[in-house]
Amino acid sequence: MARTLITIPPSPKKGDVIEIRVLIQHQMETGFRVSADGTLVPRNIIKKFTCRINDGTSDDTVFAAEFFPAVAANPYVAFHLVAVPGTLTFVWEGDNGFSQTETAVLKPA
Amino acid sequence: MTGSEPLLPTRRRLLLAGGATALALGVPVVRAQTLLAPPDELATLVRNFTQGAAVLPGKVKLDISPLVDNGNSVPITISVDSPMTPESYVRQIAMFNEKNPQRDVLRAQLSPRMGKAAVSSRIRLANSQKLVAVAQLSDGTWWSHTVDVLVTLAACIDLP
Repeated sequence: MARTLITIPPSPKKGDVIEIRVLIQHQMETGFRVSADGTLVPRNIIKKFTCRINDGTSDDTVFAAEFFPAVAANPYVAFHLVAVPGTLTFVWEGDNGFSQTETAVLKPA
Repeated sequence: MTGSEPLLPTRRRLLLAGGATALALGVPVVRAQTLLAPPDELATLVRNFTQGAAVLPGKVKLDISPLVDNGNSVPITISVDSPMTPESYVRQIAMFNEKNPQRDVLRAQLSPRMGKAAVSSRIRLANSQKLVAVAQLSDGTWWSHTVDVLVTLAACIDLP
């Protein structure tokens, strides 16, 4: 399991636009680098990130991103969300079958 | 000394003539290079991505430091002027570069649930180059913003 950092404002008001920042520990090996023995280091990146929200009535995708090797190591994204009560699901998918899911509960006042 | 005086203007004239010749030759050479150069690669990438749809400048803003000290991690923000309501929102954004080993940087799908069309990330830059962000709104129109960045320490250098 890679370490993740998910930052959500602590006490948002319902209907506020909040900024969600997520980061996952991952080397994002580009596949263009050569190792000490002259061979190409195989690509190992996170290819897709998805954030969904389940507010009890529907499960919608809020934001989805497709990453390429040009994304820096420990891929970070920040995006916005209209605060509604619900559960946020963050999914990262990558090379070599990498997959990680994290959840967060959003309880705006 | 009187005998050498006519020489000076001649030499000047010669130098002038030489300069003029170089200029006359140089200009066509530069012209030929621009003519032979491939068409704007970024424009081609954007056209492929939008499947030929017209892309207008404006509405999108690609926020990046014009001078990058470390190409390994460059903060970027792409924001789009959109109310982000179910009637009018940003459908997708994409970002391309000119001189990294691969032209794609990232793509994103947005939704009205976001409330604000602004996405930040950190990217790698291998060289001083042009970057372009493209966005498609829910009405199907495409908008773009191109920026120039100067990179002093490049990413993607082969490290032992």
